Amino acid sequence: MAIVKVCGIETEYGITALPIGCANYDNPVSASSLLIRSYVMSCSKRVDWDFDGETPQVDARGFKVQHPTRYVELDSGLVNTVLPNGARYYVDHAHPEYSTPECSNPLDLVIYDKAGEMVLANSLKLANESLQITNESKSKQHGTNSLESIVVYKNNSDGKGNSYGCHENYLMDRKVPFPKIAREMVSHLVTRQIYTGAGKLGVEEHGVELDDPPFQLCARADFFEQVVGLETTVKRPIVNTRDEPHADPNKYRRLHIIVGDANLSEVATFLKIGTTAVVLAMIEDDFIDRDLVLADPVSALKQVSRDITLKQTIELSTGKSITPLSLQWELLEMSNKYAHQEGLKCLGNEDVGAQVLKYWQSVLQSLETNPLDLANQLDWVAKFQILEGYRQRHSLGWSDPKLHTIDFQYHDMRPSHSLFNKLPMLSLVSNDQIAKAVSQPPTDTRAYFRGKCLKKWGDSIVSANWDSMVFDLGSNQSQPLQRVTMAEPLKGTAEMTDTLIKDCCSPTELLERLSL
Amino acid sequence: MTERELKKRPTAAKQVETTDDTDIDSDGAAAAGAKGQNMKNELDGILDEIDQVIEENAEEFVHNYVQKGGE
Repeated sequence: MAIVKVCGIETEYGITALPIGCANYDNPVSASSLLIRSYVMSCSKRVDWDFDGETPQVDARGFKVQHPTRYVELDSGLVNTVLPNGARYYVDHAHPEYSTPECSNPLDLVIYDKAGEMVLANSLKLANESLQITNESKSKQHGTNSLESIVVYKNNSDGKGNSYGCHENYLMDRKVPFPKIAREMVSHLVTRQIYTGAGKLGVEEHGVELDDPPFQLCARADFFEQVVGLETTVKRPIVNTRDEPHADPNKYRRLHIIVGDANLSEVATFLKIGTTAVVLAMIEDDFIDRDLVLADPVSALKQVSRDITLKQTIELSTGKSITPLSLQWELLEMSNKYAHQEGLKCLGNEDVGAQVLKYWQSVLQSLETNPLDLANQLDWVAKFQILEGYRQRHSLGWSDPKLHTIDFQYHDMRPSHSLFNKLPMLSLVSNDQIAKAVSQPPTDTRAYFRGKCLKKWGDSIVSANWDSMVFDLGSNQSQPLQRVTMAEPLKGTAEMTDTLIKDCCSPTELLERLSL
Repeated sequence: MTERELKKRPTAAKQVETTDDTDIDSDGAAAAGAKGQNMKNELDGILDEIDQVIEENAEEFVHNYVQKGGE
């Protein structure tokens, strides 16, 4: 029986400073640092990320208390913190990155992904307020009138060949051989673009005309060069082989998928995670009963992305040809059969699982009959509709900079400037749920223990990461630094630890009781 | 957030609850198609709004939006 597909999304945001030319924060690293520092300082105590990777043993509740052998300094000096909702928020390369806490089901992940957008929007507000104060004092000194502000985009490329990622993570049973996962999942990753794509103007690849085709489904497809591999920044692979489980390595694998787009649409995120989790569960349960292996996945990835008619066929290794839609119908048919026979507990929640299949079917039907019906549900359709409408209204060519501005600004994290926010998009979750998720962790994964401990004992937590936290119990202890490890993603839940956390008056008491 | 509340969530009926209290709107997907049609009618108004908020100097803005590769 497939294990629950505990999941998470890591998003690198695009960042720039306006107005162009007179901005001091046009260095993306300083801008990202200012952004994240501003936000974290507004939360309570800042708790730094712990880079120490180790392989802990586990006790009955999934915890083990240890004495850290070394205290790890942050290696880069860049801001890298854990938020009270259990997320990680940091500067990665030259981008601000938000990694959601671990979620037990795709709908919770939609909430925590949207909460990330709110964290970025709040960060922008705080950072730009502090910049305004600096600007005003500079204006007085130099007699200039600078109105510099930082702007952030939840997109995946700059239109000039530079891409930054939106990665998904799924918990897999270590027993399933990796080559089997790689072989059976690629056709889904290649064809799911028809509903997960964020849409993009032009093509960013050598040897292809920049505006041929003028619009494609997926922002990331241009940047993939191999089927399987370890890299994420060069020669990007459709299936990434990074093997960092952040959990008990004997039991689990964390499948790291780097081929997706950052979505604003809740339906797109819900389906991206939900359908992929079902397909992975079927792979785990050896349920895939037909050969859908693609003959040339890398070419197919680009071809599917560049065909908004969805009509062009791709070739299977059996020699048969199939449209991406037909391939998706095959996967859905198998998923329905799987749900009927095995249930959908693997999606963390049977009702959410049923909803994934329902939306999947409804979206495929509309893509077949009239994709524009999905303008309020899918990012690529929404974006295409406003680009095409704007183009016709002003009689513009596809390469007009105004259209490229719209392409970027669809993803703008300033609520006032976000074009996505102007659209009547379908919501799957409520504003209240999103606002709560900015400060509260999910209740049914180990993120609960992380978030609640941070909230209650932030001053005593030296550092934290996905599978451990280091407490400082004070100099009166013989071993002041103690590490609590959390090797089980589905332990440390509210049900298992809420009373414990509430009852304990100090971290020392907490650790004593965890060691019992 | 005010913007979002005003523009994005016109009806509470379409919303889905999760984990603790799962209560999913079973007609959400079906009703959504009709809403997509409505968007065409709203498009003119949306394009007016876009004109008001897009960056003024589009050419310079697009030219200068250069990112370092990430991941």
